Amino acid sequence: MALLRMEGNGVGSVTATVPLPTSTNVILWFRTFGAIAASGFRRYATYRQAAVAGVVTNTVFGFLRCYVLLAAAGAAGSVGGYDRAQLATFVWVGQGLLAVILLWGWTDLADRIRTGEVAADLLRPVHPVTSYLATDLGRAGWAAVTRLLPPVLTGPLFFDVYLPRRPATPALFVVSVLIAVVLCFGCRYLVNATAYWLHDVRGPMILWTLGAGVLAGLYFPLRFLPDPVLVPLWLLTPFPSLLQTPLDVLVERDPAATQLTLVGLQLGWAVALLALCRLVQRRAERRMVVQGG
Amino acid sequence: MAEPVPAAPAPADPWRGRLAAYRALLGAQARSQAAYRTSFVVDLVGNVGATLFDVLTVLVIFGVTRELGGFTLRETLVVVGLSAFAFATADLLIGNIERLPRYVRTGLFDAVLVRPLGALPQLVLMDLPVRKVSRALFGLAVLVFAVGSAGIDWTPGRVALLVVAPLAAVVFFGSVFVATATISFYWIDSAELANSVTYGGRDFTSYPVTVYGGWFRALFAYGMGFAFVSYHPALALLGRADPLGLPAWVGWASPGVALVAAGVAAAAWRVGIRHYRSTGS
Repeated sequence: MALLRMEGNGVGSVTATVPLPTSTNVILWFRTFGAIAASGFRRYATYRQAAVAGVVTNTVFGFLRCYVLLAAAGAAGSVGGYDRAQLATFVWVGQGLLAVILLWGWTDLADRIRTGEVAADLLRPVHPVTSYLATDLGRAGWAAVTRLLPPVLTGPLFFDVYLPRRPATPALFVVSVLIAVVLCFGCRYLVNATAYWLHDVRGPMILWTLGAGVLAGLYFPLRFLPDPVLVPLWLLTPFPSLLQTPLDVLVERDPAATQLTLVGLQLGWAVALLALCRLVQRRAERRMVVQGG
Repeated sequence: MAEPVPAAPAPADPWRGRLAAYRALLGAQARSQAAYRTSFVVDLVGNVGATLFDVLTVLVIFGVTRELGGFTLRETLVVVGLSAFAFATADLLIGNIERLPRYVRTGLFDAVLVRPLGALPQLVLMDLPVRKVSRALFGLAVLVFAVGSAGIDWTPGRVALLVVAPLAAVVFFGSVFVATATISFYWIDSAELANSVTYGGRDFTSYPVTVYGGWFRALFAYGMGFAFVSYHPALALLGRADPLGLPAWVGWASPGVALVAAGVAAAAWRVGIRHYRSTGS
């Protein structure tokens, strides 16, 4: 059994990974999860200036990337299997999704580990992975309104964009985005959790920031890469499932069957990473010593 | 990005002269950055990675197209090299001014103002990111490789331009960093807003401006002056006429543009500091 040793104040085996009686009640569990998610939504809704600044930045980068990719499409009018309209949709929705999945800039857990405040999270009757995930889903909900909509609405004002033609695509896109949020949360949680061992997470964070941006398909559609690079990347790493998959689903880059396969792969990665988060959390609690009281 | 709160700088001793005080600030910063050795090494590597991926992006895009906005890969790399070196160097020297919003929000800026040293040099030295040296060097390597492989017809004038243009571009980017940071005197949560011009400017200058179109190009290239960072100097180095029709001497205008930018940034900083009111926290 995992033990949280709180040295010096006599608290013995209080730990979040041991299921407490309350968590066996499924309805109660959902209610708790919903309440935490709602509080996450409200918490991020207070950062209005930051949201406006973020939207402006995403919009500027939307213009930059869109022009570059359209120039790559050139006179031929298509590149990497995308036509001009598909590229425009890819870029502008991508700029919005960036904030919804929150690829960058989440250090809440690492900060709390460094300061020791994480001890308070471990004392709560909800598993830390669950409670942080709930908060993150609430945050993503707020971001979907304030960060995804503006670039999605701005893009079509200046560029011809591609609208999905198959009736199932919008629904599949929503599912794919939801999975991407959970998957991205899992990745961020793992990067942050290195603070249990390293204390200073700047290094892992930089590697994540760099890797995630380019390997998720933010800088250029990953379909620009040759297949011997692309296929292993997609199958063996979670990165393309973060952005490239939802965007490819939306612009209908592939036939419906391939779309479903890609979303299935995405789901597999999300489940695997959440499981890994719980495992890492348990290992961390086993070795962790919270100083003081 | 997770960056630890900077170590409290050594208190400035009024009897030892300003230089010693600045040196102490720099030393404290260097020591605190090297304290977590593994992270420091990863930082050094990671900072190269940022520019490496910028270059890689250009290479991947040229993997699927022959030319971009009428420019070949070799020609575009000169643009990329100028931009990468100038941005990385300006980011190393001045870039951490972008943390000003945090100092304003947390009230640390009050402490900076009461010390008997200039506010701007203090902020720059308090945080001088030693780890970004690797990136500036990599930017230089890209520039050297690019001009070496572009088949430039060297004249004394072009050699001089190759020295002057990158330095002017560093001054220009430094001015952009300072000018955009001053927004936080008025609007505290402005960090990302500044990014749209600083990092946006870096991305903009990584490609020939012919790639962009309409009012967006007019605004960034000539309204803000980013065309003079890399595009026009690259045209002059390559001996190419501007497809957009500007005369050839424009390639030499970058030092003048950089001076104007520095003047604007200095004015914005003065006005901003006068406008500053503590958040009271």
